[in-house]
Amino acid sequence: MIQIRNLSKVYPARSGDVRALDGVSFDIPQGSVYGIMGLSGAGKSTLVRCLNLLERPTGGEIIVGGHDLTRLSEKQLRSARQKIGMIFQHFNLLQSRTVAGNIAFPLEIAGMTADDIRARVAELLPLVGLEDKAGAYPSELSGGQKQRVGIARALALKPDVLLCDEATSALDPKTTRSILTLLRDINRSLGLTIVIITHEMHVIKDICTHVAVLHDSKCVENATVEEVFLSPKSQVAKEFVSGIFKADIPEELLRELESHSDSELVRVSFLGGSASEPMINGLIRSSDVQVSILFGSVDHVRSTLFGNLLLELRGTDEQRKRAHEYLLGQNLSVERVSYE
Amino acid sequence: MSDGYIASMLGLLTPAVLETLYMVAASAVMSYVIGLPLGILLVVSSKGHIMPAPWVERTLGTVINILRSAPFIVLMVALIPFTRMVIGTSIGTTAAVVPLVVAAAPFVARVVESSLKEIPHGVIEAAQSMGASPFQIIYKVLLPEAKSSLILGAAITIINVIGYTAMAGAVGGGGLGDLAIQYGYNRFRTDVMIITVAVLVIFVQAVQTLGTRLAVSAMHTKR
Repeated sequence: MIQIRNLSKVYPARSGDVRALDGVSFDIPQGSVYGIMGLSGAGKSTLVRCLNLLERPTGGEIIVGGHDLTRLSEKQLRSARQKIGMIFQHFNLLQSRTVAGNIAFPLEIAGMTADDIRARVAELLPLVGLEDKAGAYPSELSGGQKQRVGIARALALKPDVLLCDEATSALDPKTTRSILTLLRDINRSLGLTIVIITHEMHVIKDICTHVAVLHDSKCVENATVEEVFLSPKSQVAKEFVSGIFKADIPEELLRELESHSDSELVRVSFLGGSASEPMINGLIRSSDVQVSILFGSVDHVRSTLFGNLLLELRGTDEQRKRAHEYLLGQNLSVERVSYE
Repeated sequence: MSDGYIASMLGLLTPAVLETLYMVAASAVMSYVIGLPLGILLVVSSKGHIMPAPWVERTLGTVINILRSAPFIVLMVALIPFTRMVIGTSIGTTAAVVPLVVAAAPFVARVVESSLKEIPHGVIEAAQSMGASPFQIIYKVLLPEAKSSLILGAAITIINVIGYTAMAGAVGGGGLGDLAIQYGYNRFRTDVMIITVAVLVIFVQAVQTLGTRLAVSAMHTKR
C-alpha cells in the first residue's frame, strides 16, 4: 500500500543541519494498522507528515498506491491528498464551523454538490457517534468528541489511508480507549489502512498489527506487533516492551535475591496458546529448581494473549541449565535479568 | 435656547456630519478593497505559510512601513499632485478621500495581517492535508476563521479614519474637524467646538459598540 524508500529529511539550522529522518525504509501493507513508535525527537512526527507531503522530504520516495508522491505536481498532489486522511493531536477543527460544517469541509474542497455533501455528512455522523451534535461548534465539544469530528472529516472522502499524528496524546485514558476502539472498528469495517504515530506503548499494543520503531532518525526495527513484543531486537524496543510490563521489584527484595549465590532472575514471555499450559509445574518437575514468582501478568496484544513472568530460579548450575532448556523447549522466550 | 439658535447650529452641523460620514465610508471601503488583499498577501507569502515568497513579504512590508511613517497631514499635502491626477482636483471632500485611502490602506493591511496570523497553523495544515488549494484555504479557512478578529480590526480602522478626517479641512474637505477649527477655534465659538466633539464621541462609541457586538456574534469560542 505505502512504500517508504530511503526517506530522509534534513532541517537546515544555523548551528548545523538537523537530520530528522535518515534513510528510513519500510512497507505499510494494505489493511494494516501500522504503529510508528519512538521517543520524542526520534522523527516519528516528521515521518508521518512526510507521508502526505505536509513535510517535503529531502530525499527518498513515498510510494502510495503505485505513485511516488514526491514526483507529483502541486495539482496531482492535492488530489492524491484527498485519498489520504489525517487526524491530529490538537484536532485542528475549524472553530467557525459546526460539526457538520467541519465534516463537509473536505467534500466542499473536492467540489461535491450541496446535496451529495448533505448525504455524506449524514452517513458519517452516526459512524463516529455524533448524530446529536451536528449543529454544535467545536468549542462546545469534549476532546474525545472533537477527535471524532476529526476522524469523520478525515474519512469523508473515503480515503485509502488514515494517518494519525499522536491522535490520542491529548486525551484522557478512557477517551483514548474509545477513540482506539473506533479506529479499530473502522479498520475492520472499511478495510482502511491506518498509520499511527505514538509514544504510548499501549496504543500499539491495543490496536496495531505492525510496528516500526524509530530511534535517532533511523528505523531500527519493523515487524508485526507480536514479533516485536515477544522478541524485541533493538534496545529501544526492549525498553518500550519492558516498560509496559514493568515489574517494580522493591530494592530490599532485590538485595536479598542478590545475596543468594545459587539463584538467578529470568523473564519468561509467551504468546498465545502457551498461556494455558502448566508451565511452572513442568519447569519444577523437569529441572528440580526452586521457583518463586516475583511478578506475573497476562495481557492482550491485540487479540493474542501475551504473558510475562519474572521468576527466581534457585538450584545448582546444572539444575538451572536444565530449567533454561525446558523453557526454551516450550517455545517460550527467556531472558536473564541482571540485579540492578 | 431659542429656535433660531438650534436651527443655525443644525445648519452648521448637518453638512459637516454628512461630509464626515461620506469621507469615512468612502475611504473605509476603498482602503479595504486595497488593504484586505495586501494583508492576505503579507500573510500567505510569509515563511512557512501556504505560498511562501519572502521577497514579496519583505518588499510589501517595507512599502507599507514607509507609507505608515508619514504623518497624515504631511501625506495629504504631499499627495496633492497625485490626487489631482486621480480625480481631477485636489480640493474638496472627494479629494480628501484619496489621501485618506493612501493612509488607511496600509493600516488595513497590517490589521488584516495580524488577524490572519492568529489562526493556528495546525488548522491550515489540516486543510492542506485534505487537498485544499491556496485559494480555497484563503476563502474557506483564513477569512472565516478570522472573521471576528477582522470585524474588530475594521472598527479600529474606521475609528482611525474618523480621526484622520478631522484634518481634511486642510484640503477643503470639510467635515466635523474642519467645523471645529473654523468656528470653534478661529471664531471662538466654544459651543460649536463642544457639540462637534460630542458628535465625534458618539460616532466613535457607535462604531466600537457595533464592531464589538458583531465580533462577538461571529465568534463561536467560549471565552
